Amino acid sequence: MMFDYSDTLNLPLIWAGLVALAVFIYAALDGFDLGCGLLFPFAPSDDARSRIMNSIAPFWDGNETWLILGGGGLLAAFPVAYGVILSGLYIPVIIMLFGLIFRGVAFELRFKSNSSLFVWDLAFFVGSFLAAFMQGVMLATIVQGMPVENRVFAGGGFDWLTPFSLLGGLAVVAGYALHGSTWLIMKTHGDLQKWAALAAEYAALGLAAALVALSIVTPFLDTEGTRRLYQFPNMLFLAPLPVITVVMFFWMRNTLKVIQKRAIRREYLPFILSFMVFVLGFVGLIFTVFPYIIPYEMTFEQAAATGPSLSIMLIGAGVMLPIILAYTAFGYYVFRGKSDAEPMY
Amino acid sequence: MLDALDPVLLARIQFAFVIAFHIIFPALSIGLASFLAVTEFQYLRTGKKIYASIYKFWVKIFAVSFGLGVVSGVVMAYQFGTNWAVFADKTGSIIGPLLAFETLTAFFLEASFLGIMLFGWGRVSKKMHFASTAIVAFGTLISATWILASNSFMQTPQGFGIDANGLLYPVDWLKIVFTPSFPYRLAHMVTAAFLTTAFVVGGVGAFYLLSKKHQHVKKHAKIMLSMAMLMAVFVAPLQVFIGDLHGINTLEHQPLKVSAMEGVWEDERGAPLLLFAIPDQENQMNHFEIGIPKLSSIILTHDPNGLVPGLKRAAPEDQPPVLPVFFSFRIMVGIGMLMLLTGLISAYMFLRKKQFTTRWFLKLWVGMAPLGFVAIIAGWFTTEIGRQPWTVYNVLRTEDSISPVMAEQVLFTLIGFIVIYTAVFGAGVYFIIKTIRSGPQRYDSGRDEAIYDHTFSEEYAVKLAEQIDPSSEAETADDGDEGFTEDSSESNSTDLSTPKTESSHKADLDESSAQDPSNKPTPPKS
Ligand code: HDD
Ligand code: HEM
Ligand code: HEM
Repeated sequence: MMFDYSDTLNLPLIWAGLVALAVFIYAALDGFDLGCGLLFPFAPSDDARSRIMNSIAPFWDGNETWLILGGGGLLAAFPVAYGVILSGLYIPVIIMLFGLIFRGVAFELRFKSNSSLFVWDLAFFVGSFLAAFMQGVMLATIVQGMPVENRVFAGGGFDWLTPFSLLGGLAVVAGYALHGSTWLIMKTHGDLQKWAALAAEYAALGLAAALVALSIVTPFLDTEGTRRLYQFPNMLFLAPLPVITVVMFFWMRNTLKVIQKRAIRREYLPFILSFMVFVLGFVGLIFTVFPYIIPYEMTFEQAAATGPSLSIMLIGAGVMLPIILAYTAFGYYVFRGKSDAEPMY
Repeated sequence: MLDALDPVLLARIQFAFVIAFHIIFPALSIGLASFLAVTEFQYLRTGKKIYASIYKFWVKIFAVSFGLGVVSGVVMAYQFGTNWAVFADKTGSIIGPLLAFETLTAFFLEASFLGIMLFGWGRVSKKMHFASTAIVAFGTLISATWILASNSFMQTPQGFGIDANGLLYPVDWLKIVFTPSFPYRLAHMVTAAFLTTAFVVGGVGAFYLLSKKHQHVKKHAKIMLSMAMLMAVFVAPLQVFIGDLHGINTLEHQPLKVSAMEGVWEDERGAPLLLFAIPDQENQMNHFEIGIPKLSSIILTHDPNGLVPGLKRAAPEDQPPVLPVFFSFRIMVGIGMLMLLTGLISAYMFLRKKQFTTRWFLKLWVGMAPLGFVAIIAGWFTTEIGRQPWTVYNVLRTEDSISPVMAEQVLFTLIGFIVIYTAVFGAGVYFIIKTIRSGPQRYDSGRDEAIYDHTFSEEYAVKLAEQIDPSSEAETADDGDEGFTEDSSESNSTDLSTPKTESSHKADLDESSAQDPSNKPTPPKS
């Protein structure tokens, strides 16, 4: 049995788009639950922490599955890129996995413990932080470029440790914290909601600071991608991005101020705004690295798997993705409304 | 010193460690998901609350096991890239789609409906809740199918070609998925998961029947043990049978692996079945052989003088390590035989109607509870080490599969995995044991009726109860066994399927709060 649509479709391009989409959906979904973990130790009370946890407990596993799809999709569609990127980012990847282990276990065990509650609270926070920070580091390292020889990673084990990548880590931490707090504005009420609005304001400030720092450092990187960002016609093209981002920040601040004072109406708005900030950031990122899948060594076309592999997966994704999106939406619908403090099963 | 470290060996140890850890949890999740689906179906069919109570008990253990399966599984999805980048590059066009299909058809399904299964009681209709449980159970089976298809491709590859760069490309998908070892491996692994779970469930039931502290859950215990006995009686022999077929199939496709399992060095007609030996790879011979004449030939070829191939057919550097394969195979088969025996004894006890009262029989079941996991890990060690020195059998060698990573990196992350997994595993097992010791919750009041009817969710019910009597949470929360021992001893006669009257429930509550004031929780503010 064999299918091959290479002649009729630009399969590598489609798959580059699908993998990017999976990574984006991952960031937008797991972003808010990792963000909740980042805010966790600062929450006003144990009761508040329980509510935060409950607001994401039914969803985190589904959210994390997009990370598996991102990784699995990369392996299937661009095997060499999967190998080079993951082996080149060996240490950040494994630290991220350690983080995901800590927080995943905290979900299951926190409610079942009484004496050791703080251990799980700590695990949840540290795990979320490590995962978020390392994701930022990985993204930034990829933007910096990864050397390749003979189809394997040819750099050093600590190439990922640069000021630029650490800044990238901080930016992602701030972005996830923002996304988590706007999620909580939506899913909680009363004092906790006010607290979340305050947290969102700090997170937005932090993100703004990190983005400013990044745009100061980026020109010094002097890679093919970043040079392109600051070239003449592109700059004009891209100018709206930062402008829109700034406008969003102010809009967000206003909305948050309103919520802090009297609450309730349009409480989903900040979440949508922080989602838009993610979209813009992602567009900028794609613009920097396109058409490379291993910047600045291999394009997505050079790294693509064979036509039959891409074709069979396209059939699979075409059938399954709509179904997955439908039942994911159903899950969010079932657990709509405000979150409670009790364990639920 | 670090120069002496071999990155290939370290990466293999790391992979073996993380996947052996991982497989423990899927095995339990696959079995428990189906067990829960059956229990909930029984509840919907008969309306008997005891089934809901059993469900609510095992679903807690399922949640922990599933959670640990997920976090260790995410690690697996990335290990191919971090440690085996060249393998990923060369086989990605084939293994990649199989794993991607697993994510698309199984992982999303499991993850999404798990939320409803764990947290949706009272939020969705009874039927929808049952459907979620059934979907999760189905998802675990789909997932097993894809992952075993990819492993079977690595064992008995077919349906592919190799291009000028040494990259594998697909030629026929049906052949790639349905490799010769796939049906046997799938049947053997799924059966292994069901059996392992059955022995866990039965062991817990037997423990309650033996325990004086758990008088009030005797009825639950009998149901658990009976269901498990049914599995042991019918499925344990089935597993031995499938295993035998699996071995005969392996003889055809990976004869050297069978030579290692049997500890045979020279081609031999009428080979004995070795019960014990110490294989010595260096001198290419065995020490201290004890065997049953001709039995190996009979089992593998159904002919007393059948030919069993010897390891010396291959040069020493092409042979798998014999010692671990030889012993892990014996451990697995030994446990399989014990399970078969337990099944036979169970059938006998059942016919004599003594299964709930014979203490040594119950102790046997308690003792068997962890053995399934040992057999599963031993089985995988047989399969995987027997495949060496290849990652894709006769196509890609293990030493040619590794990432260009430094040995130190692999070593330090391996230590990290060992430390973290030990801690996490310890905590998980501790909570599972704690849950088992506190036993199924006793639902015996009006509000609990409402929980079973899905009229409202449990969290809401607990809150309602708190408004009436703040101490009631002490009874429902599973905090240690102190409060538990006391209130179970006075409720020996409680029959769980018939709810207590309101007044006796009240008395119960008053007593438990009087006895254990320290348990008083601070009611959450709303
Ligand atoms: C026979 C069954 C089996 C085997 C051999 C494996 N797994 Fe597994 N895996 C499962 C059966 C399973 C499961 C039952 O489907 C799990 C357990 C918990 C879960 O979410 O799904 C799972 C979870 C699970 C997850 C997390 C899924 C989620 O978030 O929902 C990943 C990424 C993997 N596995 C990947 C692997 C890889 C790369 C393996 C081998 C190299 C592997 N598994 C062996
Ligand atoms: C889930 C249960 C599994 C266990 C317990 C297990 C166990 C092991 C062990 C012990 C090794 C080391 C062998 C050696 O170095 O001598 C190994 C290696 C390996 N296995 Fe498995 N395995 C399992 C499933 C799988 C599956 C499902 C796949 C593929 C999809 C797989 C792919 C590999 C690879 C790539 C290696 C590393 C290269 C090698 O040493 O051959 N394994 N595994
Ligand atoms: C006495 C009966 C048994 C026999 C004859 C038997 C036979 C085998 C053989 C020959 C293999 C290796 C196949 C290969 O790599 O090509 C295997 C693997 C395995 N066995 Fe068994 N087995 C038995 C009992 C069990 C039991 C009781 C369990 C667990 C409860 C179990 C779990 C496994 C697992 C998980 C594997 C690795 C996956 C696979 O290749 O299927 N086995 N078995």
